[in-house]
Amino acid sequence: MPSLEHIANLVHDWLNAQFSPGLALFFEFFIIGVLIIGLFSILGLVLIMMERKVSAWMQLRLGPNRVGPKGMFQTVADTVKLIVKEGMTPDGVDKLLFNLAPFIVMIVAMVIMAPLMFAKNFQIWDINIGVFFITAISSLSVIGILMAGWASNNKYSLLGAMRSGAQIVSYELSAGFALLTIVILTGDLKISAIVNAQSDGWWIFKGHLPVWIAFVIFMIAVTAETNRAPFDMAEAESELTAGFHTEYSGMKFALFFLAEYVNIFVVCALGATLFLGGWQPLHFGTGTGFNRVMDYIPSSIWFAGKTFFLIFVIMWFRWTFPRLRIDQLLNLEWKYLLPISMFNLLLATLITIMGWHF
Amino acid sequence: MAFLKKYFSNIFQAIRSLTTGMRITAGYALRHGKEKITQQYPDNKKTLVLPERFRGEVVLTHDENNEHACTGCTACELACPNGTIKIITKFDVSPEGKKKKALDTFIYHLELCTMCNLCIEACPTNAIRMAQTFEHSVFDRNKLTKKLNNPGSKIREGVE
Ligand code: SF4
Ligand code: SF4
Repeated sequence: MPSLEHIANLVHDWLNAQFSPGLALFFEFFIIGVLIIGLFSILGLVLIMMERKVSAWMQLRLGPNRVGPKGMFQTVADTVKLIVKEGMTPDGVDKLLFNLAPFIVMIVAMVIMAPLMFAKNFQIWDINIGVFFITAISSLSVIGILMAGWASNNKYSLLGAMRSGAQIVSYELSAGFALLTIVILTGDLKISAIVNAQSDGWWIFKGHLPVWIAFVIFMIAVTAETNRAPFDMAEAESELTAGFHTEYSGMKFALFFLAEYVNIFVVCALGATLFLGGWQPLHFGTGTGFNRVMDYIPSSIWFAGKTFFLIFVIMWFRWTFPRLRIDQLLNLEWKYLLPISMFNLLLATLITIMGWHF
Repeated sequence: MAFLKKYFSNIFQAIRSLTTGMRITAGYALRHGKEKITQQYPDNKKTLVLPERFRGEVVLTHDENNEHACTGCTACELACPNGTIKIITKFDVSPEGKKKKALDTFIYHLELCTMCNLCIEACPTNAIRMAQTFEHSVFDRNKLTKKLNNPGSKIREGVE
């Protein structure tokens, strides 16, 4: 069966046979760009559909059910509507920053894709500081949000952006500590090395207590980092209309919306890579029949399955919990998550040094 | 020490209450095939079942003798927060020559009504109730001003 790794190698060999190495590399860049943009649009359509269906299930509603079979083309129709809408720039805004902001948010989301491992040996760039790269780049998205809020020249937008700044800056700390736990256990920042370290069991099983705590903290922190309910202070419809994107409409709004969902995908993919073993299939013991059956499932399916499971959990949070107030939000981070994750880091270090993990 | 105890009990309480919430929504998500609160109106116009306490519009109940229970006390008119009801009263003269207040016209402005149910609760004789009709659109606004007592109707014997 052709795996993604196989196809990528075929394309690489063919391009190198036809063109000079430099030109081949250029074509590969181009193909990757097209693939990423394609992935983005598919993710946008699928995740927004999923969100609406999940919310409908959790509230005993039907969800979208008119366009296409079971309403599956609703998001396509929505996208077409957003594309044909006028991309309006209000009069009082800072024109350059206002138009730049959605692209910054979007580009940040794109760049984080680079070190993610989508299947076995299928990765854009196996950079040796993978985890660090992701945390560093993802902090940049707050610049886009602050830019949008500031340039909109609207008090709601500015308030939303400020809150979002406070929130992302604080929750990044505990998300970073949670990632560090795994980095300590693996002893490597490289994504491929982290995944390979889990070939005999996922960290969530092997690492026991500190990894469980880190996993819970990670899920809470990334929900806050992606500005999702119950931490959607940046938008807070009931107080700030739509927060930082109040003034945006049409495609520029769609870019923000899309970036939000792509960010969810990225953080869930990261969570799946670090805690749930990336593309590694589920194994119990060694060499049993069960393991062999699991091996038949392609690695890309494993990765997508884990990622979508985590995405479902984050959606589950959103449709269950009420929104926090901004002071409660910061309390939760500085009084609870941060001290706990610091102690957890110590615990993880101790366990690694003593070799108490499996 | 008490501070530390409080800190950790806070955490465990938070986890407990959050998981309770998540269990409830997960239960709903798993039951989504069997139980739906969405009414697919107008597709199910024929089989539509409205809840018993659905509030569509105020009606004055008439029985088979074209008699109602309204004494014209105007309690409903006073209870209504937005002046939806206007009770016009008259004086009935009984055979013994005694004058008695009675309902002449019950005017109901559907376009002003918020279906708040206050008038129904105010009525001492349960003369009015909420009907289950809800397709109220009309082309002429005057059609929304209704006279609720049927022509020729009178108060039921024995209602005071
Ligand atoms: S339901 Fe409320 S608004 Fe309507 S008539 Fe009765 S009291 Fe007035
Ligand atoms: S409907 Fe009831 S409350 Fe209103 S005037 Fe008649 S008896 Fe009084």
